Amino acid sequence: MSADYVLETQNLIKEFKGFTAVDDVSLKIQRGNIHALIGPNGAGKTTVFNLLTKFLTPTSGTILFNGNDITSMQSAAIARKGVVRSFQISAVFPHLSVLENVRVALQRKEGNSFHFWKSDKILNRLNDRAVELLESVGLGDFADAKTVDLSYGRKRALEIATTLALEPELMLLDEPTQGMGHEDVDVVANLIKRVSKDRTILMVEHNLHVVSKLADQITVLQRGAVLTEGNYETVSADPRVQEAYLGVAAEEVQA
Amino acid sequence: MKISKFNIVLLGLALVAPFAFYPVLLMKVLCFALFACAFNLLLGFVGLLSFGHAVFLGTGGYVTGYLMMNTGLTPELGILAGTIASGLLGAVYGKLSVKREGIYFAMVTLALAQLMFFVFLQAPFTGGEDGLQGIPRGHLFGFIDLSDNLNMYYFVLAIFLFGFWLINRTVHSPFGQILKAIRDNEPRATSLGYNVNDYKWAAFVISAALAGLAGSTKTLVFQLASLTDVHWHMSGEVVLMTLLGGMGTIFGPVVGAAVVVGIQNFLSGGELGNYVHIIMGLIFIVCVLAFRSGIVGEIQKIVKRNFG
Ligand SMILES: Nc1ncnc2c1ncn2[C@@H]1O[C@H](COP(=O)(O)OP(=O)(O)OP(=O)(O)O)[C@@H](O)[C@H]1O
Ligand SMILES: [Mg+2]
Repeated sequence: MSADYVLETQNLIKEFKGFTAVDDVSLKIQRGNIHALIGPNGAGKTTVFNLLTKFLTPTSGTILFNGNDITSMQSAAIARKGVVRSFQISAVFPHLSVLENVRVALQRKEGNSFHFWKSDKILNRLNDRAVELLESVGLGDFADAKTVDLSYGRKRALEIATTLALEPELMLLDEPTQGMGHEDVDVVANLIKRVSKDRTILMVEHNLHVVSKLADQITVLQRGAVLTEGNYETVSADPRVQEAYLGVAAEEVQA
Repeated sequence: MKISKFNIVLLGLALVAPFAFYPVLLMKVLCFALFACAFNLLLGFVGLLSFGHAVFLGTGGYVTGYLMMNTGLTPELGILAGTIASGLLGAVYGKLSVKREGIYFAMVTLALAQLMFFVFLQAPFTGGEDGLQGIPRGHLFGFIDLSDNLNMYYFVLAIFLFGFWLINRTVHSPFGQILKAIRDNEPRATSLGYNVNDYKWAAFVISAALAGLAGSTKTLVFQLASLTDVHWHMSGEVVLMTLLGGMGTIFGPVVGAAVVVGIQNFLSGGELGNYVHIIMGLIFIVCVLAFRSGIVGEIQKIVKRNFG
């Protein structure tokens, strides 16, 4: 068992009808790190997440979690092992209350999720823990609100609280600050920093300011393949990265 | 508190109703209401549109009918057997269908239902085109004579209330909470570690068994099990009842069933009898275009707007 790497991929490939979206990607995610996956639009970042969590099946390659081969496991089973992902578009349960969103995650370990003959009042014993989690992401006052009514930034925060409820060993965040105003970006970045204490985080992020602030390690993807890897100084000094990122970086400045 | 007062009034009305209306008609409404509620558990609370749900109604009916005619089973056991049979069929059909999404799920359920339709048409013990006729109602627990319509009515009402309660409980249970999460955002439920297909399957089995309960009961009421109950027309009718009443609401399917049965009953006597299907079709179109949330859904909206 490797203590150093929580997750490794070996020669991961995903082809869509002759088009290679992920091309021979070998990642090593070090335990305790915030690892950023960056690259231009369409580089294959979300596809990598889909492969890691089996929302897509790799064409070839191997995925190791704590040294164990999880390549053939099902999505839900991978989540139960401790790899929990978010989605590029905010992933909440819009018609449940904010509290219920977190409770759905807490409920899994209760072992009563098939009990159709019991009243859902027994879930109330999870409320204290749920409120605690909501408070930790600054949503303490919104417990009873309907989730659809939350602002976009708060939905993302709720998503993180829900993910945290599972106490995942590895959190995969797909563009957690996308589409947010400056204030929300800072709030969420600080939040990610805070929750990274006891776990490993792999995140896709376009906002280079956030990346520079958070990431211990960065992997740059371009057209499905790894362009380069390293810390922020190394990666940002690489002329190929500057070239690949020129457009995106310019956009960022304008935004 | 308000809700429960409302429920007590409804229960009171249900208890005195057979003195004002023809009991057999009321029993018909109750059976279809239970059927529609079972269907709504899937459509309204899991987001699965089954287009072959009549197969569970009919299977319950045939099994109960056959056993009542050929064994000395008491009616409660006959109904239990029909319910279990539909539940088992639901377990198999659910396994084959819940992995499919959207329109494919509807198509697979329709195809599987048609398969059983031909089995019931051809099998030697179902009476073919004639169905099973003259099924005895028997004595409940061996001593309550169900050939008396009033006795039968209260028995049917008890069954309906049990089924209605169970569906309500399912919706408001730890399991129901996961169903709602799946309906809201399936990939997210998966990413939280839930095997969503297992939950859909369990809901499918509960729905099928309760549809079977409705069919078994209906067979005893009419002393008849026939192909009408497994025909795809019937599968369409339950969709109509649910949408008309308001899918995803607790009382919607009951109201929808009452309205549809009421209209059919009203039309069947008169000159318009031949146009029943056309009229039902028109109602369906109007309801889909104008009242998207159904009768109960629209009423809830109005109440919310004015008093909420
Ligand atoms: N299911 C699919 N079928 C076919 N092609 C796909 C599929 N999913 C992704 N692709 C293609 O694979 C490529 C990589 O897409 P992906 O979503 O992984 O990019 P990304 O790096 O996440 O981009 P963005 O920054 O815009 O989110 C794109 O060209 C996309 O069109
Ligand atoms: Mg993406």
